[in-house]
Amino acid sequence: MGLFILRRFGVMLLTALCLTFVVFFLTNLYPNLEKLAKTQGNQRMSDEQVETWLDNRGYLQPTLVKYGQWLGVLPGYTKTLDDGTFLGTCTRPGSTEETTSRYCGVLQGDWGYSSVFKDEVGTIVGKRLGNTGYLMFWVLVLMVPSALLVGVLAGMREGSALDRSLSTFSIITTATPEYVSGVIFIAIFTSSTVGLKWFKGTATQAMDNPTFENFFLPVLTIALYGMGYIARMTRASMTEVMTAQYIRTARLKGVSFGNIVMKHALRNALIAPFTVIMLQFPWLLNGVVIVETLFNYKGFGWALVQAAGNNDIQLLLAISVVSVFVVLVTQLISDIGYVYLNPRIRIS
Amino acid sequence: MEPLSWTGSIAILNPILMIALAALVVSIVVWIIGSIVLPEVPLSLNADGTLSSGTGLRGLTQSALRYSFFACVVLALAYIVLGILMGTSAGIVGAISQQFLPVWLSLIILFAMSIAFKRRLGLYGKLFDSPIGMIGFGLVMFWVFTGIFGALDLIITHDPLSQVSGMKNKVPGTPLQNPEDGEYAWYLLGGDNLARDVFSRMVKGAWIVVQIAPLATMFAFMVGITLGLPAGYYGGRLDTFLSFLANLILAFPVILLFYLLVTPEIVATGVPNYMAAVLFIFPILFIGVLLNSRYYTRPNFRTPLLIGVLGIALWLYLSLISTDGYIINTDDYGIWGLPTYLDLFDIPGGILVVFVSVVFVNSPTVFRIVRGLALDIKTRDYVAAAQTRGEGPWYIMLWEILPNARGPLIVDFCLRIGYTTILLGTLGFFGLGLPPESPDWGSTINEGRKLLSIYLHPALPPAFALLSLVLGLNLLADGLREESLKD
Repeated sequence: MGLFILRRFGVMLLTALCLTFVVFFLTNLYPNLEKLAKTQGNQRMSDEQVETWLDNRGYLQPTLVKYGQWLGVLPGYTKTLDDGTFLGTCTRPGSTEETTSRYCGVLQGDWGYSSVFKDEVGTIVGKRLGNTGYLMFWVLVLMVPSALLVGVLAGMREGSALDRSLSTFSIITTATPEYVSGVIFIAIFTSSTVGLKWFKGTATQAMDNPTFENFFLPVLTIALYGMGYIARMTRASMTEVMTAQYIRTARLKGVSFGNIVMKHALRNALIAPFTVIMLQFPWLLNGVVIVETLFNYKGFGWALVQAAGNNDIQLLLAISVVSVFVVLVTQLISDIGYVYLNPRIRIS
Repeated sequence: MEPLSWTGSIAILNPILMIALAALVVSIVVWIIGSIVLPEVPLSLNADGTLSSGTGLRGLTQSALRYSFFACVVLALAYIVLGILMGTSAGIVGAISQQFLPVWLSLIILFAMSIAFKRRLGLYGKLFDSPIGMIGFGLVMFWVFTGIFGALDLIITHDPLSQVSGMKNKVPGTPLQNPEDGEYAWYLLGGDNLARDVFSRMVKGAWIVVQIAPLATMFAFMVGITLGLPAGYYGGRLDTFLSFLANLILAFPVILLFYLLVTPEIVATGVPNYMAAVLFIFPILFIGVLLNSRYYTRPNFRTPLLIGVLGIALWLYLSLISTDGYIINTDDYGIWGLPTYLDLFDIPGGILVVFVSVVFVNSPTVFRIVRGLALDIKTRDYVAAAQTRGEGPWYIMLWEILPNARGPLIVDFCLRIGYTTILLGTLGFFGLGLPPESPDWGSTINEGRKLLSIYLHPALPPAFALLSLVLGLNLLADGLREESLKD
């Protein structure tokens, strides 16, 4: 088991390295750098000015060197201009040669400086992740129990009326992406034309003061899309368990149906959905980006959109590291959890 | 011109429809509760050994549900038929159903033909045995026909890009202020914030989806199959390497990937063209290996066949990836491609990058599915038999394993078209790739959402259109799964 986790950890590290390098490569292509220079410097810079601007800040070094600097295995780029201004990859506005450290990379715990928000990337990501974590927590609180309930109820009697109506419900939710359900919810529950002003159409205030009124719609929108899939998986696993021989034996012994479902079937039926819920995290991440844009909730997804739209390289890299980390860790947890929940599987 | 109301002179039907819908909702609830509360229908054993069941209260709830459902369907048909006959005097509903006349006709012909010959049509014909599958197929074909006829300018009432003065944010059914001769006198579903016709934009948006989504899914399947079969069949290092690559792409959040790939700056560097050149070669490889592995024992037949098929495929490939005589054309350098006079079609850079990134995102999942199926099927006896016969590995993969994996693959194909539609909508929603005035559903939803608290009508039609298409594809996949399991 220990060896297994160690190997998975190695693969994880390799994946993270590859992915960050891809992001690094794409954001450091020349047209992207040109855009960065023009947004940071001056929109009407000539081609030569763009080139000097980039050269002064070390953007024109080979990609591998820049990647090494970002990682913190190579010393940061520095340059002192003729007029005495000190520039480099490790500098912050106002810092001098003495206050700047030689290495500044992820290994040193320095995530860089965001060119859009004019702040340390570490603090931005931390703050935005806090907002999104709060959102995700409530999404999971709403989504997981209701999805499991729908799946178990649908799967316990295959082909019954309850099964068919709940299955139709879960198919409809999987067919409704967040930007469709969100728009429909906003139209029905918040607009002045329909008249049901039950909720607020934006979640901007929810960052400081979350209430049911301004926070429920974003949570519901994300939860619904993920719910259908988990419910269908739970249903499939539940129907499989309900046709197993030990359930038949229990029925023949005369155990009541409620007892069969609660005591015999449920535990075995919930192994597969556990994996599915864990693997659902990458999709939730997508939903978060859409919903945070739609409801104007300034979280992690919102920061991603801002960073990508303005080619904020350092912030974008930090965001991709975080999201890749989330994806890989949930995969690892789902694998390990599966082994613990299902005693028939042993990893040698 | 008077503004149109929703139902016009057939408004007498509205209360009846309300009653029918209320009855449907009540009977569904009663049906569900009844299935839990009411006792099972008693079975009685007859003297001749057969079982018979009484109807009981359960049967009653079921027939109530059936009748109220039929009432709703009949009423909906009545709206459509009356609308086709009466046109605008039956209000917006009538006018819209009249505009959709070619779609209704094609649907009727398609369904009549398919049901008449369903026993000779294989899996497709069996689809018409399952009500769920039929509903799904109907929804999908509705949008397919809408897309095709919309592209032929049969359904739309106005140009989706032209703005008419005085129609900004007008509610559905608003008449034009001074329509010219031959111009449709109303905005059936109102005008958007740039005074364009919402109805025509929705119809035109269907064409974009119908064009891109199935084709992109097909390319993703070609890539996934060509790589997944050897990975599953050979296993070993190849499998480890390809699986690592697939997991790498899958670990990327889709939106981050889109934001990195689908930007004008990336298009300018030619990265999408490189990706297109790599991804689009897989179908050629697939066809080439497929035919060669089958006919390599008959060189006289194989060689001309391969030359012909691969020649055409290569020509299509080259015209697909080359634009204006270049495969890659950046400011610094260019790679020569097919000369313009041989180039069959040009794809604008924006569409190409959307297409490529959607294929790129979908293919790893297909790869994983195909690999899993190949791992499972390669242990079967018929594979062992083929190996004993001395068949080559590619023959076994493509002509023994692949046909036997078709069931799950067809089902996944339907689901994946739906997922691709959602991805295209996501791209439009973030304003990536497609031009900003493009009438695709995602962009229209994105534009409409900004004024959603005051004007509902610009955002809702594309939202419901996308919802119904994806729902149709999911139902179709469900029906296909059910029917293919019956084999």
